Amino acid sequence: MARYSAFRILTEGLRGNSGWQPAWRKAAPKPSYDVIVVGGGGHGLATAFYLASVHGITNVAVVERGLVGQGNTGRNTTIVRSNYLLPENNHFYEHSLKLWEGLEQSLNYNVMMSQRGVINLFHNDAQRNAALRRGNSMRLNGIDAELLDREGVRAMCPIVDLDNGRYPVMGGLLQRRGGTARHDAVAWGFAHAADARGVDIIEHCEVTGMIVEGGAIRGVRTNRGEIRAPKVGLAVAGSTSTLTAMAGFDVPIETHLLQAFVSEALKPLIDCVVTFGAGHFYVSQSDKGGLVFGGGLDGYPSYGQRGTLPTAEHVYAAGVSMIPALGRLRGLRSWAGVMDMTPDGSAYICKTPVQGLYMTAGWCYGGFKATPGSGWCHAWTIAKDAPHRLNAAHTLDRFREGRMLDERGNGPFFWAQ
Amino acid sequence: MLMIPCPHCGARDEVEFTYRGDATVVRPAADAGIEAFHDYLYLRRNPRGWQVEWWQHNGGCRAFLKVLRHTVTHEVRGVVTATEALEVPPA
Amino acid sequence: MTQRHRLATGGHVDRAQRLGFSFDGRRHEGHAGDTLASALLANGVRLVGRSFKYHRPRGIFSAGVEEPNALVELRSGARREPNTRATVAELFEGLAATSQNRRGSLAFDWMAVNGLLAPWLGAGFYYKTFMWPASFWERVYEPAVRKAAGLGRASGLPDPDHYEAAHAHCDVLVVGAGVAGLAAALAAGSAGARVMLLEQDFLLGGDLLNDPAQEAWRSTTIAALAAMPGVTIMPRTMAFGFYDGRVIGAVEQVADHLPEPPPHAPRQRYWTIRAQEVVLATGAHERLIAFPGNDRPGVMLAGAARTYARRYAVRAGETAVLFATHDAAYDAALALAEAGTRIAAIIDPRSDSAAMQRAREAGFTVRAGSVVTGTVGGTVLRGVEIGALGSGSRGDALPADLLMISGGWNPAVHLASMAGTPLRWDDALRAFLPGDSAWQRSAGACRGVHGIGAAAQDGAAEGRAAARAAGFAAAAAAVPLPEGPAADHRPFELWEVQARGKAFVDLQDDVTADDIRLAHREGFIHIEHAKRYTTHAMGTDQGKVGGLVGAAVLAAARGEPVATVGMPRYRPYAAPVAWGAMAGGEVGKHFQPVRRTSLHGEHDRLGAVWMDAGLWKRPAYYPKATDADAWASVKREAHAVRERVGVCDVSTLGKIAVEGPDAATFLDRVYANTFSTLAIGRARYGLMLREDGIVFDDGTTTRLGPDRFFVTTTTAQAGPVMQHLEFHLASAWPHLDVSLASVTDHWAAMSIAGPKARDVVAAVVQGIDVANEAFPFMAVADCTAAGVPARLFRISFSGELAYEIAMPAGYATHVWQAVLAAGAPHGIEPYGVEALGLLRIEKGHVAGAELNGQTTAHDLGLGRMLKKKGDFIGRVLAQRPGLTDPSRPHLVGLRSVDPNRQIRAGSHLLVDGQDQGWISSATQSVVDPGWIGLGMLRDGAARIGREIVAANPLMGEEVPVKVVTPHGYDAENLRVRA
Repeated sequence: MARYSAFRILTEGLRGNSGWQPAWRKAAPKPSYDVIVVGGGGHGLATAFYLASVHGITNVAVVERGLVGQGNTGRNTTIVRSNYLLPENNHFYEHSLKLWEGLEQSLNYNVMMSQRGVINLFHNDAQRNAALRRGNSMRLNGIDAELLDREGVRAMCPIVDLDNGRYPVMGGLLQRRGGTARHDAVAWGFAHAADARGVDIIEHCEVTGMIVEGGAIRGVRTNRGEIRAPKVGLAVAGSTSTLTAMAGFDVPIETHLLQAFVSEALKPLIDCVVTFGAGHFYVSQSDKGGLVFGGGLDGYPSYGQRGTLPTAEHVYAAGVSMIPALGRLRGLRSWAGVMDMTPDGSAYICKTPVQGLYMTAGWCYGGFKATPGSGWCHAWTIAKDAPHRLNAAHTLDRFREGRMLDERGNGPFFWAQ
Repeated sequence: MLMIPCPHCGARDEVEFTYRGDATVVRPAADAGIEAFHDYLYLRRNPRGWQVEWWQHNGGCRAFLKVLRHTVTHEVRGVVTATEALEVPPA
Repeated sequence: MTQRHRLATGGHVDRAQRLGFSFDGRRHEGHAGDTLASALLANGVRLVGRSFKYHRPRGIFSAGVEEPNALVELRSGARREPNTRATVAELFEGLAATSQNRRGSLAFDWMAVNGLLAPWLGAGFYYKTFMWPASFWERVYEPAVRKAAGLGRASGLPDPDHYEAAHAHCDVLVVGAGVAGLAAALAAGSAGARVMLLEQDFLLGGDLLNDPAQEAWRSTTIAALAAMPGVTIMPRTMAFGFYDGRVIGAVEQVADHLPEPPPHAPRQRYWTIRAQEVVLATGAHERLIAFPGNDRPGVMLAGAARTYARRYAVRAGETAVLFATHDAAYDAALALAEAGTRIAAIIDPRSDSAAMQRAREAGFTVRAGSVVTGTVGGTVLRGVEIGALGSGSRGDALPADLLMISGGWNPAVHLASMAGTPLRWDDALRAFLPGDSAWQRSAGACRGVHGIGAAAQDGAAEGRAAARAAGFAAAAAAVPLPEGPAADHRPFELWEVQARGKAFVDLQDDVTADDIRLAHREGFIHIEHAKRYTTHAMGTDQGKVGGLVGAAVLAAARGEPVATVGMPRYRPYAAPVAWGAMAGGEVGKHFQPVRRTSLHGEHDRLGAVWMDAGLWKRPAYYPKATDADAWASVKREAHAVRERVGVCDVSTLGKIAVEGPDAATFLDRVYANTFSTLAIGRARYGLMLREDGIVFDDGTTTRLGPDRFFVTTTTAQAGPVMQHLEFHLASAWPHLDVSLASVTDHWAAMSIAGPKARDVVAAVVQGIDVANEAFPFMAVADCTAAGVPARLFRISFSGELAYEIAMPAGYATHVWQAVLAAGAPHGIEPYGVEALGLLRIEKGHVAGAELNGQTTAHDLGLGRMLKKKGDFIGRVLAQRPGLTDPSRPHLVGLRSVDPNRQIRAGSHLLVDGQDQGWISSATQSVVDPGWIGLGMLRDGAARIGREIVAANPLMGEEVPVKVVTPHGYDAENLRVRA
């Protein structure tokens, strides 16, 4: 597969772009592989890419029941950041952010990583203190963070209403290296790069059963036949429970809905990512010009991929409360993704009770920014049959041990994380 | 949007209710040990299909109700009070 | 000359009402009944916009909600609305619109240079480029891309209008008031059903408005519906989404047709409508044909040209060509000819048809077997190139300033699809139609039933069926229905004319047929992938006119039928909705309600500075003119408590009445400590855990009788604790005979604290001997206070001798005033939340900052409170190794080594450079002046006495602090027991 280069772009343009090849092959399943990754979203494709590029394991299949990148990878709000409190999380996300920073070059694909800055607004002393504690945790762990006063917020995002809302803005915690990336391109870029290293990406291949013998994984059954492998990694946000049930165990996950929205395209209006502290709302502007925004969970378990009006109303109301200039703009489209919610809001990248079966799961609504880091750590865990130190804490067993990674102290309530 | 027939108040819109978890898990006996409480608090069947759930009618009678609901279609098929049982239909 | 393209007669415009408006600063005139688009066309304005990527000149393409091109910035200043479709914007006097997405003027947009770069700006070009050198994407390329992208400009100013939300229920909801919708509403209404009829247009009738012969039925039917008491007609109301349970979301444009909303009226109203039955009569959108230059101003959908002629009495061109693939489109030629347009030719790929013959008989030039291969002109159309079907080359040019095109009709299945209705391909209409659905009924053109008569029959049948399904079984009298000529909408299969030049499938986003083929070549062969790769059908029109055409081009590339390729999933919204409307009225100051205690007015009178505590407003402190700053006020109040007496409104604390024979048993299970042993008339500090063993909340609980307890919670957790108790009573212990009632709002409470508290209380309270022996620490009793019934608690949060008086909320002001009067001789001062915080930090009491959902009882030094025996929530899981790990951070007291150096909550505690904890609360001490705090520190107890560092790199601070016991103030509790 030819690489994308300036020369190639130029010559193809001159001959009617007739020479471009598929960004990845439409592979058919072979009977066996060294590793099968279930799930052709960003996390699964990244796992395959890092298995091949870091660990030299290229006899890998990515099986996807539908299309590459059509799950949560293709239905999120594209935010990338590493502004976490707990060291276990901020180290992991910082590693992920560093991978993001070099992703275009690693993948030979422009994922449009845009470090526009992410601001979390705060509105009272308690929120400010929590922001200080989190920001200081970042700084002490070598991650960029800045405290903005009201003038600082005004300078970064002048259309935020600092004064007139129910809860006036007191300031914000800024991570300048945070930002957005083009979500579809992330899936396509990883697919393109994994494929180039020999990985088989098999779309329309749905796993219908897990082959477990003597407590160890031996492969998967699919609608396209049995595929065997001594190692299987799951990267199937929203469907993790379904697949682990096939392998014979339950996991601490509840699947919930999260809506997202995009406005009509506009000339540049909001230059950073900004989150409201007084309600569930965050917004950024895409390169195309649409305001991409969202809020909190719809509040009950669902695999339905469609949202409800009351949650949408809250998101829009919080939006206008934060930025009154939004009132006359228009929402264009809304959609919903299904989230693997965990009891502490943090993810799993780990081994499972079945030997040879691994998973990256439980990303709640923060999976997009984790994409490269999740794939990198998942690949490591699969290749070495042991976690990397970056994901050593992200186990299923942490609840047995009482070592929760609860960033916000919300407690063991899946829907509150 | 769900319409939940509250046994006390009648059919009401979902905005009056709050979901409060899988109602099939049962709090273990006091001496059951960490493993049993772990499973009760953390492990979830998380079905793609029918599930019996706790919902509180906090905008009405405040009762905790058991609601049989489908997690894909969102259809609500049965609602009973906390002490009654609901049967889960197959698939 | 104004309105030189306006016809002298006909149409639904009121020529007596002249409305002045402007476009790009030029003044024009239109009539009531016009849209901005029809008024622009009446004045001969053809060029109205620029496309997204190549900045190609664009004109008015449609006459409705599906418009891809004619987007303008409507109004100015804070009311500017970018991306407003001129085709649905109702004209009003003074309307001002501006073209958008251009640099320079609309006629000379220098960004049009992008068109020359088109070979390198095809589908997905940005994914393969802008990567070299690596640092250039964000610094150079992206800013340029962002500036070029986007359509209109937002005002950036707060929206001056307001919005409201409304809810409605009905038996039958009919969406769309074209002939099918009117007939459906009439049938359902006649059967006695409560009907709501929604129409996005300002006139009802849909296609009926294009036929003077139908005017009688239209007006009679509207009058009949208006006379039915159960029928609500809602014009200017767009149903944007179909949600679970037959809920329709809709937006009513209350005042968009006015210069500004009348006083106290909203601009728009957002409706949530729950219907028993839904009839969708949403009509159909005409689709384009892809051929080179199909985007030039002057190219217009045939049905739109017909609508401008018949409904708006506007001639959209002087010399027109019709390019159509089906008979029904021929009426456009007729309509335009009647309007005085010269029809240069009718171009039809078919060899023959009934309409073709009739057209020839009527004297039209019909070129069968031919297609349009291109257009000529600059910013407006000057000619149409015509060639033989399948020739592949561009043909002769025929002069024309209007090219009417029709590639068939796409039923508007958006709402049906959102309702989960499967779509099925219809090979005759070459369109996707809604299949069977339990949730909605489609009627008329939106399910492929075209023609006035047939659609009317269909609508009436579905309206009747809907009423029956909603329980109105009475056979409705037959309703009068219109007759109309049948028209054949079955198109010849022609999606694209392949010839040299850009043939657009998505006009707004500049997606060409070649882009779709490029996507296919690069492996984006599924419609969802191709859509995302090319941005096809992702503009504000969501591909209503070209979406299917792009799918057909993809199908051809794949060598498969369109039916197999399908359409991308339909998602809300059917058409864009105003943000403000979705937000409704609960925005800004009204985003969340304000809770005020019954003493709010008293605090106001005392000049309190307010702070938010959740929904509550609480006094932060009460400044005096003599206070140098806020800290001076806070310290003055704290001094009063430590040295004399203070009074604080604590009404916001949660209060729960727990009663019943099993109340004590219940409390033993929900609290980590024991309450069954509590004596009547005594209070006890209680600690609640979550089931995971983490501390949930604390407060004092009082036993009022054998079966009666009074639980208090923190302000923040009042709601969650109530729910927690209710949940466990229902789910874990339903056999316990206990009742719970939240009484937070029923009781007001004030704390009277300080060495002189007893004197003040004694002066106010009757019926109790408040002497220390008679009413010791933790005693509780009913009493009267200033003559009203009250309850007295001897509890303390400040570390001083303190009482809490609780009374029915209505008496609070009276008692407060009595307390202040009784305290005056002792120098009483009201104190606010800031002083309260200062006092409790000095005393070492934990609060929300420490009970942050991450700490255990052991962490907080409260481990001894956990009872050793018996079940309680959190007991088992608190024993997990991670929660009993001795290396977990523990509560400590902190004191800044330099009393003048501030320490802050949120700083981390560094021991030998290692991050070992954090500061949870900080304040200034009044007992021993200087900065003090509470924090969580690993190995905390062992480190008491050590000097460590409070690091706050965010603010560039590193402050040496000494670790001290958190309970440094009156550790023996002599003062509270005094």
